[in-house]
Amino acid sequence: MSSCGKITSVAGTVIKAETVKPVANYEVARVGRERLLGEVIRIDGNVADIQVYEEIDGIHVGEPVEFTGELLGIDLGPGLLGSVLDGIGRPLSGITDNSKGSIFLERGFLARSLDPLKKWVFTPAKKAKDPVYPGDIIGFVREGTGFLHQVMAPPGVKAGPVSTILPEGAEVMVDETVCILENGPEIGLCQRWNVRTPRPFREKLPFNEPLITGQRVLDTMYPVALGGAAVVPGGFGTGKTVTQQSLAKWCNAEMVVYIGCGERGNEMTEVLEEFPHIIDPHTGRTLMERMVLIANTSNMPVAAREASIYLGMTIAEYFRDMGLNVALMADSTSRWAEALREISGRLGEMPGEEGYPAYLGSRLAQYYERAGRVRTIGVPDRKGSITIFNAVSPGGGDFSEPVTQASLRLSGAFWALDKRLAESRHFPSINWKRSYSLYEKALQPFFRENLGDEWKEGASFLKALLDRESELLSLVQIVGRDALSEQDKWDLEMGEIIRIGFLQQNAFDPLDSFNTPKKQMLFTRTLRELHSTVSEGIGKGVLHHNVQPLDLLRGVLILRKSGEENFPGDASAWLTKVRRSLADMEEPCR
Amino acid sequence: MKLYREGSRLVKGISGPLIFVGNARNAALGEIVEIQTERDSRMGQVLQVDGDICAIQVLEGTLGLNPGSCTIWFERDVLKVRLGQALMGQTLNGRGLPRDGRPMACYEKEVPITGSPLNPSMRESPNEFVETGISSIDLLNTLVRGQKLPIFSGSGLPADEIAAQIVRQAHVPGNPEKFLVVFAAIGITEREARFFRDSFEETGALFNGVFIVNLASDSAVERLLAPRTALSIAEFFAFEKGYDVLVVMTDMLHYSEALREVSSAREEAPGRRGFPGYLYSDLAGLYERAGCIRGVKGSITQIPIVSMPGDDMTHPVVDLSGYITEGQVVLERGLQARGVYPPINVLSSLSRLMNKGIGEGRTFPGHRQVADQLFASYARSREVARLRLIVGDEGLTEKEKHYLEFGSVFEKEFLNQGDRARNIEESLFEALNALSVLPDEELYRIPSDLLEEIRRSRADVK
Ligand SMILES: Nc1ncnc2c1ncn2[C@@H]1O[C@H](COP(=O)(O)OP(=O)(O)O)[C@@H](O)[C@H]1O
Ligand SMILES: [Mg+2]
Repeated sequence: MSSCGKITSVAGTVIKAETVKPVANYEVARVGRERLLGEVIRIDGNVADIQVYEEIDGIHVGEPVEFTGELLGIDLGPGLLGSVLDGIGRPLSGITDNSKGSIFLERGFLARSLDPLKKWVFTPAKKAKDPVYPGDIIGFVREGTGFLHQVMAPPGVKAGPVSTILPEGAEVMVDETVCILENGPEIGLCQRWNVRTPRPFREKLPFNEPLITGQRVLDTMYPVALGGAAVVPGGFGTGKTVTQQSLAKWCNAEMVVYIGCGERGNEMTEVLEEFPHIIDPHTGRTLMERMVLIANTSNMPVAAREASIYLGMTIAEYFRDMGLNVALMADSTSRWAEALREISGRLGEMPGEEGYPAYLGSRLAQYYERAGRVRTIGVPDRKGSITIFNAVSPGGGDFSEPVTQASLRLSGAFWALDKRLAESRHFPSINWKRSYSLYEKALQPFFRENLGDEWKEGASFLKALLDRESELLSLVQIVGRDALSEQDKWDLEMGEIIRIGFLQQNAFDPLDSFNTPKKQMLFTRTLRELHSTVSEGIGKGVLHHNVQPLDLLRGVLILRKSGEENFPGDASAWLTKVRRSLADMEEPCR
Repeated sequence: MKLYREGSRLVKGISGPLIFVGNARNAALGEIVEIQTERDSRMGQVLQVDGDICAIQVLEGTLGLNPGSCTIWFERDVLKVRLGQALMGQTLNGRGLPRDGRPMACYEKEVPITGSPLNPSMRESPNEFVETGISSIDLLNTLVRGQKLPIFSGSGLPADEIAAQIVRQAHVPGNPEKFLVVFAAIGITEREARFFRDSFEETGALFNGVFIVNLASDSAVERLLAPRTALSIAEFFAFEKGYDVLVVMTDMLHYSEALREVSSAREEAPGRRGFPGYLYSDLAGLYERAGCIRGVKGSITQIPIVSMPGDDMTHPVVDLSGYITEGQVVLERGLQARGVYPPINVLSSLSRLMNKGIGEGRTFPGHRQVADQLFASYARSREVARLRLIVGDEGLTEKEKHYLEFGSVFEKEFLNQGDRARNIEESLFEALNALSVLPDEELYRIPSDLLEEIRRSRADVK
């Protein structure tokens, strides 16, 4: 299957090689004497352009190239959980022992994503004679402290009845066979899949349920659906990474695939240091045990950055096929697009807008298309989903650039981060005027069923008051604050309380970093009551001036740290206190 | 001395700092070549090989090169820098040679100056407070050991002074014997270089440091090597000798301009403002060479200086630097005009690693809350100041007037510390003093014990 060639030109991350036999587009190549990994990305007669996934300093013209006859693939199977892979699926640290990595990255090394020697305890789900179709669950192994890793018949396997299957309790390694079908196929613990090919599913399902992020401004105002896609664009320092990390920590997905795509090494470290020590409230296991981390940091080779998002997507699809809800985040899409641009430039392709290749939009679409809520293939019947959260880093913070615009067209929720908010340390710096969610409508039945009509009313109340505040603020620009009516002054203050108390959420405060939807609803309920209570008082003649010393904002900031159970009690106690103070002020007016 | 070298006399063309050479069948990417002319010998580096033609960037520039009369010798090696304890106290040129041009004889090892990417899973989060003595950094945009924190500065703003002040005042936790400054002058003027040398001489950092100097008048190609040389040296001292290394690199704008010059000579498609599309990856290859490693004693802290042409923070070099580094210290002309030194705009500045280095046991309990309060209040005071320009004093409420006063105390007393160092307690004292101008209900982020302290200081004043 493999064939040879010879390097004829070297520049940056792309080399040209003369081929002897025909090669396939996207075929994996081993380049030079050091056998660096690469992938054919263009063929012209007997010359192949190859993008190389490693640093290519020191490579000579004339060195050999081996074409492997295979496409870029990844082994999917037990052992993926909690691992850290580079952009093409090589583990960056020992699979079980994180201290085994080397300080500096070596090149040309070939390592499998899964530990081939680790033994797993198998439990069958099929017995002899049972028919097996692609996607069927034929058993499971227990991974980590309790994750049930389903062993699935790979897509494309030739269906047939089980001839033999390993018994309960059998110890298997990933390369061993667990089940043989009468018509021949052997099914192993792990399956290989080409990262650029979407894994099949039975049908796409409509959006009907939110992915809960635990972030008040997101869930209450701009929710994202399970299987949907949210884009988080923002200039540097606006909070893209913190937002994504918060979601990786607190969202209610059953699996998280986090792609560090062209960003900082220390941010990967942060995840590796923190996540093993945080217990996921949904599964009771550590966060690391519902996570796969893919790291192609900004100083790692650019071509592997291009591949990293397909790798992440493939892993996400594999877990989706088990019937899980997977959250997939890439930080940042822009770095991926820049890798594409750099490679395209090296190929001498005609540049499109801002130098990006003309196919930027279609490549991005292929990626977003792989998300969604689906019915998987195989039995038992399963539903799984992939929800995308992609950061975008527009140059100069200007959202009109091609990557932001293309991402916007492909996603349903737009969480616009705002430099000015970030500068005044309003976090998450989500701009409540520019952001939107197209999922709101589809999700309303879910919210109504679970939390009643109040959910929607709460969101409308917040939006209305924020609108009112910005109207009033433009008025203040003309006449000054003193010229406003007492009610308007109070509305202005209420706007501030909503912004600072509700919209702001401190990712680093354990008492604030995550709110359940129930608590979010209780919170908006309290804010509505506060607003009407004070408005009533003002109607009865209380001056806004006298409301200020009630320290309402401080009260809200303290209240928001109450847990879901205590919240209603704490809130009503506090509101009673506020009411009493207001009543005292009303007295002298009568 | 090598006995046999392959050579070529076929120089096909010269463009900017590049020469194009034929007959280069075995050239390797990044390979070093010697360019021998009748008069001198220069050094070059292979950038690109296509068939038997290669593009070579000439470190000394191509001035006076005559295609007819030079020979290109291929050295079969990539560019390396010699490392050893003997570097301490030395001044080197951009490619790591002592200024007399002769390679250091006594050295421990030689490494390629491009370095290798650090394995992200072997890093350790930087988390130790470095006291710089500058309130606006220590209290609001805290520097930690192993961080990369650039200074963004418009022309004429005192970035150099602030960098020198940090070198002078910084208390890095750990053994002071094992503290080392690596300074890379990248395309700066003789005057600026002298300023740093004098300042370091005063504090002894010169003795305990390594100076890499590429002046504006030196070769632009060598400018591309200077930060790499500096960082290779820093990595050696940090990760092999256990030093806490502070790397000051100035000016990353000049570096990027040299990159642009070479890129345009290669006729690559230009990106924003003519900079090549790979500027991000290229800068990241430098900035990411900072940090701490698990199980290794030393560390690299980087303070690059990035000039902002026209005070424009969206300039690609500034913008991309901000995207890569772990925060930024931004200087503001308005503050300078109001006589504030150091004129650090605390709102546009950021330290992304601050949370890891502050709080109980590191700085003081409640540090985060005090910082958040100062940010919120100062942002508000600047808004009110803008509003005042429109509606005048009469249009302002009592509360808004408090904010104006707070803004003024904050700038004149808290920020404007001059070049005297303040320890963290003094910085906190100044901060609480400024906050005491505001009524209690505006200090909604301040924890109760500190609020008590503010109330007491108000009473004292009365
Ligand atoms: N939700 C949040 N709560 C508290 N601080 C935040 C929050 N989001 C962002 N920040 C602050 O902003 C800084 C920059 O955020 P980051 O996510 O790294 O920005 P970006 O990825 O957009 O460059 C962080 O270091 C942190 O101090
Ligand atoms: Mg980020």
